[in-house]
Amino acid sequence: MTTRETTGAAEEQSRIAAVRLLAGNPVTVVSAVVLAMVAVVAVTAQWIVPFGINDVDVPNALRPPSGEHWFGTDELGRDVLSRVLVGVQASMRVAVVSVAFAVVVGVTIGVVAGYRGGWLDTVVMRIVDVMFAFPVLLLALAVVAILGPGITTTILAIGIVYTPIFARVARAATLSVRVEPFVQVSRTMGTGHLYMLVRHILPNITGPLIVQTSLSLAFAILSEAALSFLGLGIQPPQPSLGRMIFDSQGFVTLAWWMAVFPGAAIVVAVLAFNLFGDGLRDVLDPKQRTMIEARRRAGADIGGRRRAGADIGGRRRSG
Amino acid sequence: MTSSANHGGAARFVSNPAARFVARRLLYSIVVMLGVLIVVFMLVHLVPGDPVRIALGTRYTPQAYDALRSASGLDRPIVEQFFGYIGSALTGNLGVSFRNGDPVTVTLLERLPATVSLAIVGIIIALLIALPAGIWSALREGRVSDAIVRVTSQFGVSIPDFWMGILLIAVFASTLHWLPTSGYRPLFDDPGGWLQHIILPGLTVGLVAAAIMTRYIRSAVLEVAATGYVRTARSKGLSPRVVTMRHTVRNAAIPILTITGIQLATILGGVIVVEVVFAWPGLGRLVYNAVAARDYPVIQGAVLLIAALFLLINLIVDMLYALVDPRIRLS
Amino acid sequence: MAEPVLSVRDLRVRIGTREIVRGVSFDVEREKTLGIVGESGSGKSMTVLAATGLLDAPGAVVTGTSTLAGQSAPTQLVGASGRTLREVHGGRIGFVFQDPGTSLNPLLTIERQITESLEAHRKMTRRQANARALELIEAVGLPDPATRLNSYPHQLSGGQRQRVMIAIALACDPELLIADEPTTSLDVTTQSQIIELVRDLQRDFGAAVVWISHDLGVIGQVADDVTVLQDGEAVEQAPILDVFDKPQQAYTKELLESRPLIGATGPPPADADAAVLLRVEGLDVRFPVTTAVGRSTVHAVKDLSFQIRRGSTLGLVGESGSGKSTVAAALTGLVEPNSGSASLGGVDVLNVRGRAEKALRRRISLVFQDPFSSLNPRTRAGTAIAEPLQVHRLAHGKQARQKRVGELLELVGLSASFASRYPHELSGGQRQRVSIARALATEPDLLILDESTASLDVSVQSRVLDLLAQLQRELRLTYLFIGHDLAVIQRMSHDVLVMRDGQAVEYRPAHELFDNPESDYTRTLLAAVPPARPRAAISG
Repeated sequence: MTTRETTGAAEEQSRIAAVRLLAGNPVTVVSAVVLAMVAVVAVTAQWIVPFGINDVDVPNALRPPSGEHWFGTDELGRDVLSRVLVGVQASMRVAVVSVAFAVVVGVTIGVVAGYRGGWLDTVVMRIVDVMFAFPVLLLALAVVAILGPGITTTILAIGIVYTPIFARVARAATLSVRVEPFVQVSRTMGTGHLYMLVRHILPNITGPLIVQTSLSLAFAILSEAALSFLGLGIQPPQPSLGRMIFDSQGFVTLAWWMAVFPGAAIVVAVLAFNLFGDGLRDVLDPKQRTMIEARRRAGADIGGRRRAGADIGGRRRSG
Repeated sequence: MTSSANHGGAARFVSNPAARFVARRLLYSIVVMLGVLIVVFMLVHLVPGDPVRIALGTRYTPQAYDALRSASGLDRPIVEQFFGYIGSALTGNLGVSFRNGDPVTVTLLERLPATVSLAIVGIIIALLIALPAGIWSALREGRVSDAIVRVTSQFGVSIPDFWMGILLIAVFASTLHWLPTSGYRPLFDDPGGWLQHIILPGLTVGLVAAAIMTRYIRSAVLEVAATGYVRTARSKGLSPRVVTMRHTVRNAAIPILTITGIQLATILGGVIVVEVVFAWPGLGRLVYNAVAARDYPVIQGAVLLIAALFLLINLIVDMLYALVDPRIRLS
Repeated sequence: MAEPVLSVRDLRVRIGTREIVRGVSFDVEREKTLGIVGESGSGKSMTVLAATGLLDAPGAVVTGTSTLAGQSAPTQLVGASGRTLREVHGGRIGFVFQDPGTSLNPLLTIERQITESLEAHRKMTRRQANARALELIEAVGLPDPATRLNSYPHQLSGGQRQRVMIAIALACDPELLIADEPTTSLDVTTQSQIIELVRDLQRDFGAAVVWISHDLGVIGQVADDVTVLQDGEAVEQAPILDVFDKPQQAYTKELLESRPLIGATGPPPADADAAVLLRVEGLDVRFPVTTAVGRSTVHAVKDLSFQIRRGSTLGLVGESGSGKSTVAAALTGLVEPNSGSASLGGVDVLNVRGRAEKALRRRISLVFQDPFSSLNPRTRAGTAIAEPLQVHRLAHGKQARQKRVGELLELVGLSASFASRYPHELSGGQRQRVSIARALATEPDLLILDESTASLDVSVQSRVLDLLAQLQRELRLTYLFIGHDLAVIQRMSHDVLVMRDGQAVEYRPAHELFDNPESDYTRTLLAAVPPARPRAAISG
């Protein structure tokens, strides 16, 4: 008797294929390169700046971009490029630390709530809902109001404000994994909770979490810029992109470069995170993935159907 | 659904699934509102140090300190303060400003119209752009026009709103002198002036919101377009226009409604920065000044009001669901 | 002889470099039914969608011809303009798809979904269309037609929705009806009703039908001619009786032989004197269900009692919603019953905690239906099988575990090298074998198989059932076999318990139940199963 079994190709999740898919999208590649550059700046800014960030040089104030000052000078003669580079470093620092905080706290809360369920879940999610009732910037301002302005407060404020979204994403992902048959089977085997969380739940929720991290990093940069713009974030004389834009308000018609370059730096960094996050989502979200694979890869087994199900891989009746 | 044995209006109300749905959502909102009240109340009490002393700052005198402290009720036990706070909040009394002694409620209500008009203009601009763009790009998925919309909206999402505001002022006000640089005119006093003054801040709020909403709307329409019933509609040989309007877009209306509600609520919080840039006399700028001056009652009041508005908007969206979705209207 | 309604020649569908449909040709005769049968991946849906111009896959290239006969002139469907296709779709060809749950627009009334076809193709006014819609709803046998018209899809059951789909498809009196797995998602009783309905309507409307299915039994009930597809190729094409009685191709023979049939032999007799292993009494389970509009309770299992002797199989059979899967959940601790008792060799199953619970979990193993989600996609097969070994400390050290995993794999007919593979590298049947190996790792007393072969292709299912039977013989395993397919149940079970709405309807030894069913419900179920012989053979 001939043995003919169709291969379940509908769920190709090997990492090699994922990376290849990622690399196949030019936008994702470009944004990854930009992110790498931003990372380099974030680490090395203090060593690569051509001028001191607080080197006042009033005779050379408000000079347009030139060979010497690529981004021009501000109203005190300070080199805009140097200040932008250090500003990017500061923004990245705030963004990374605050999002790291939000990820650790939020994911822990979300996974525990989603896994345990019951009254713990209800109580925790009500608290998260309450936090969601406050618009992001407003809540951050409230935290700043309590603790006073400064970089530490900014990090804490953004971290606290972004925790709920990670809690929600982690909880939703945990809930959907928890009802999967392979998790249920483990329960019937008597597998302990620790094994389940570490081996079954966590590895299977990384997809949406990675995407959310990329997006949150983008928004954290924007939030920090807004807080600094208002004078409540990174305090002078530490340069911050937001404050530079604030300072440029009086000089915008005279010296457009004072407003444009810091803003452009923000846009480039945020855009890179957003585009990369989109690219990641295309790869990590199984539904999106089948569509893209079908469109792009020759020889895809899926046959380009938009809808899952139907004839693929031995699967018919759903439950 | 089987109704209970008793007759009469109340029983009919209870057995109406739409009414029950709204009641559940109302109850939920009240619970969250309670949580909000607790958080807002805690704001003052979490301050390291003495909030009254910090607020008085250089104006500190022992008499002023005592006066302000008792006027704000901060000398009473905390539990009493909490219930006092809730009680007064429910009757509309939100305390007095630490800075100038004005009743907070009055100040909030004075500043509310400016913010509300900005938010509404913003969301209208956003919808006018995002609805056609999102739907159109979803229907042309994978093609060049879709790519253009996607890239543009990505760009729009990445721009800091205050930066956009400043640039708009620089171009349209300071350079071209077409529009004023800042300020507000009430609608009913001076419609022409109102329009002139609201265009730039409205665009600032609206364009960023448009970028965000375009992405969500596009993804909602894509999801509907991939469903079985849209395939059925095509299999009936209906014209593309009918398939799009009667099936795809109409079913996307529910998620689009959700998105609009969320965005409107987000705008309410996000206007803070725009109001500062445009010297707009709204709630946002009020909060900003209050934070700078540590005027806690005002901060509390404004946060409470905005959160309450947020919940109200969500509740209205839920009620619209009950109206629009037959799965909720009928069991 | 009248020309065929649809004439397809050398149809090919290519996506990228891969050809999914490879040169398929067939004819659909007037007022007759063509059955297209194939397993998953055979391309049967794609073939018919391409042939009717409804294929919507990005990057698909369709070649060949598909000619729809017409009064004036034949219409070529492959490569036809959008306008032509829109006239044909709904107007001359009607479609019924598999899943009634998602094929109807939830926001439109039933009436609207029927009338929009009529307005588009027959240029009827609203009033005329409404009248016609009422006639159609009556024709498809929906009770209380006027009310139904104003209902929304969510207010109808699955079977009722499928009737509405049929009404929509036939609204404009098409010459051809395409039915793509229309009964696959339905219960067997509903399925037989729909089959009868389509037969009657075909006669009344005078339409030709193309019926696509993976189930040869259904094909036997509906088709006049059959095309067997395998890997995108038409492997055998013949009238129905020839296909069933004189299959020419090996593949067709394999499909016929793999079918589970009522009346086939059951398992070898079990030891009648064996001790009772599992004893269940008065099991009662209720669930709270929360929807957007409120809470209600589902009474899933009502006062159920049964027992299983060691070394035998109890077949638990019921349609969807009968509560059979809830029984499995209650016995494995996934769900807490409200009352009742269950004991495994004297040990209480339902009220255990702590160490006793863990010890109990060793003794009862569960294998689920869906091979695709029964294994963690991020862990290798070997790790999955080793998990119970680790949890219960049954093998000390990595080496010992690996050895045991290898043994278990060979026990289920896979080589030990499969341990290093990830689930996506395995086929459906292979995954199910891995799940069985995992279940056997603890040498359980009782194995619960919850619809474990329902998602597999028929040929694969047959082999997995063989494996299970072999294991039962060799290892003296005891099975609780849960399913909806009576033929499979008969093949595997010594005793049978029929459930409906949470209650036991009939509970007897298998051969007694199948030879002499006592309850009406069992009789209805048995009558609804498509018989081994095609309908044409009986009517002659």
